[in-house]
Amino acid sequence: MDLSYTPEEEEFRFRLREWLAEVLPGLPAKPSPDDWPGRRAYDLGWQRMLYDAGYAGVHWDASPTLRTIFLEETEKAGAPYVGAGFVGLLHAGPTIAAEGTPEQRARWLPPILRGEEVWCQGFSEPDAGSDLAALRTRARRDGDDYVVTGSKIWTSHAEVADWCELLVRTDPDAPRHKGITWLAMPMDADGITVRPLRTLAGSAEFAEVFLDEVRVPAVNRVGEENDGWRVTMVTLSFERGTAFVGEVVACRRVLGELARTARGNGRWDDPVLRRRLGRLDAEFRALWRLTQWNVSEAEASGPVPGLGGSVFKLRYSHARQQLYDTAAEVLGPDSLDLDRPWVLDRLSSLSYTIAAGTSQIQRNIVAERILGLPKGR
Amino acid sequence: MRFRLSDDQVALRRGARKLLEGSFGRQALRAAVDAPVGLDRALWRVLGEAGFFGLRLPEADGGAGLGLPEAVLVFEEAGRALLPGPLVATHLAAGSVPGAAGGETVVAAVDGELVEWLDAADVVCGDTSGAVPLRSVDPLTPLHRVARAGEPDPRAALLTAAEQLGTAGRVCELAVQHARTREQFGRPVGAFQAVQHLCAELLVRAETARAAVYAAAVTADPADIAAARLLADEAAVQGARDCLQVHGGMGFTWEADVHLHLKRAWVRARRAGGSTQSEELLAAGLVD
Repeated sequence: MDLSYTPEEEEFRFRLREWLAEVLPGLPAKPSPDDWPGRRAYDLGWQRMLYDAGYAGVHWDASPTLRTIFLEETEKAGAPYVGAGFVGLLHAGPTIAAEGTPEQRARWLPPILRGEEVWCQGFSEPDAGSDLAALRTRARRDGDDYVVTGSKIWTSHAEVADWCELLVRTDPDAPRHKGITWLAMPMDADGITVRPLRTLAGSAEFAEVFLDEVRVPAVNRVGEENDGWRVTMVTLSFERGTAFVGEVVACRRVLGELARTARGNGRWDDPVLRRRLGRLDAEFRALWRLTQWNVSEAEASGPVPGLGGSVFKLRYSHARQQLYDTAAEVLGPDSLDLDRPWVLDRLSSLSYTIAAGTSQIQRNIVAERILGLPKGR
Repeated sequence: MRFRLSDDQVALRRGARKLLEGSFGRQALRAAVDAPVGLDRALWRVLGEAGFFGLRLPEADGGAGLGLPEAVLVFEEAGRALLPGPLVATHLAAGSVPGAAGGETVVAAVDGELVEWLDAADVVCGDTSGAVPLRSVDPLTPLHRVARAGEPDPRAALLTAAEQLGTAGRVCELAVQHARTREQFGRPVGAFQAVQHLCAELLVRAETARAAVYAAAVTADPADIAAARLLADEAAVQGARDCLQVHGGMGFTWEADVHLHLKRAWVRARRAGGSTQSEELLAAGLVD
């Protein structure tokens, strides 16, 4: 058991800190959440800066430990996260890198790394959420194209995306997992309608995407026809592992701010609240150690993180909701004022036990795939 | 970063488990529960000879020269096996109390307002004036109340957390074993999601606590230890409760082992400063 870093890793951290201190003061102001073109420009601009400084590929080719250091230091310094680059850098890009042809890699990967193109994800459908393999968006082959009709939902950044990593059903007669294909769909094609979805927090964070006879060139297929489920599993496994490093760092910072706010407004004198904050500190300390444990596991057993991600996500998503519920205790009546800090965060946190696999689905995965219990009903 | 068990640590853990299976297996546990005869001195010497108490002493002093991470792994196994006796007090006395390291001397300590195994001990650390026996809820841990509370030792808190982790892991296994084999409505109860989800949470709590306990063993930082303690107490106590629930009617019987884990977890949760103290320590650290 060793929590220390190698001299090379410490050097990487030191140079990154120096670079962040140099460039962050010159960064433009963050655009408003509803300004999609502004957000796209801001997020891609940051990715370009990372590219020029040699950090663009950190999510792909750096060791899990270096990736953790990168995410930890950028969050601590208050640097932007991937933003509109999320799907390109953490889903579609890694999938193309693993499963694409040399031509596909040459076409799509450099613009992602240079911060030139935005990707969105077309996986979930109105009738295929937790049960993703129930997806029904249909693609039939017509000459050199697939012709796609159906609808997708929960698609972040659809309004400003250049490409969509799209799952379609190419063989409706095959068993559910065997008839799915992975396509890269250009978002400027005819027949695509994007309708923003307003979340309970009031903002339009994602969209519904309607597809009506959209023609997608067959050369945009990654992997074999009807092999898309396996290709997709490669993508999904990238989402686990180090995905929450920055968020755990952020939660620990918020916790410190909450404690100082409570001391300022007198609520610190309430031992129940104080103890609650102390327990949350234990919780996030443990989650940070669990992250380091999972990263060490990934370091030892290969780049694709294991099932430890489900254990982490279950605990983390609940802890983060508790964090913002505790923020409401600290704020008192101000917790109902949308202009106060943490109030919108509290609303956003309601998605954590739902997005990327609900807590209930995660518990099924833990029970069946880690504990070996019989398939549930 | 290599925050995982080294090959030597894996071997140490395996060795400890094997030793305890041989010298204090399930039969010995149940025999001790059904006919408590006080502390088993022969077993205590076996533990001493195996290095259980002296493993952190320098090799020149007859120890194994190992550190807190290794002690934590061994205490996790002790917790898993429900090994009785003032293990933490004797381990911490090794090197300062003659005979403690070798298992010839049994050492108890005043810890909070309680002393475990006072009558069996050769040496007691702390003020035991006015000690009054109570009818202990745990059949294998005799308890006395004392008038003046002792100062908690962070190392005692860490080793206690390690024992709780052992219970947390064991009750998860017991729950899963039962859920796989017990059939109702024509299928194993583990095929029902309500039962599956209890089992999944057992694992989540145990694995989160494990990361916290192992990290605290590496840093030996009082705040890390306080955090590890909170997580491990929760994983053991709530884990034993959920394991009991998964067992249904069997869980309420004397025959099933799960009540022994729950009762011991309750006793350990009172040791070395309770949860209030840990929470206050961590809260104070947030505004420093």
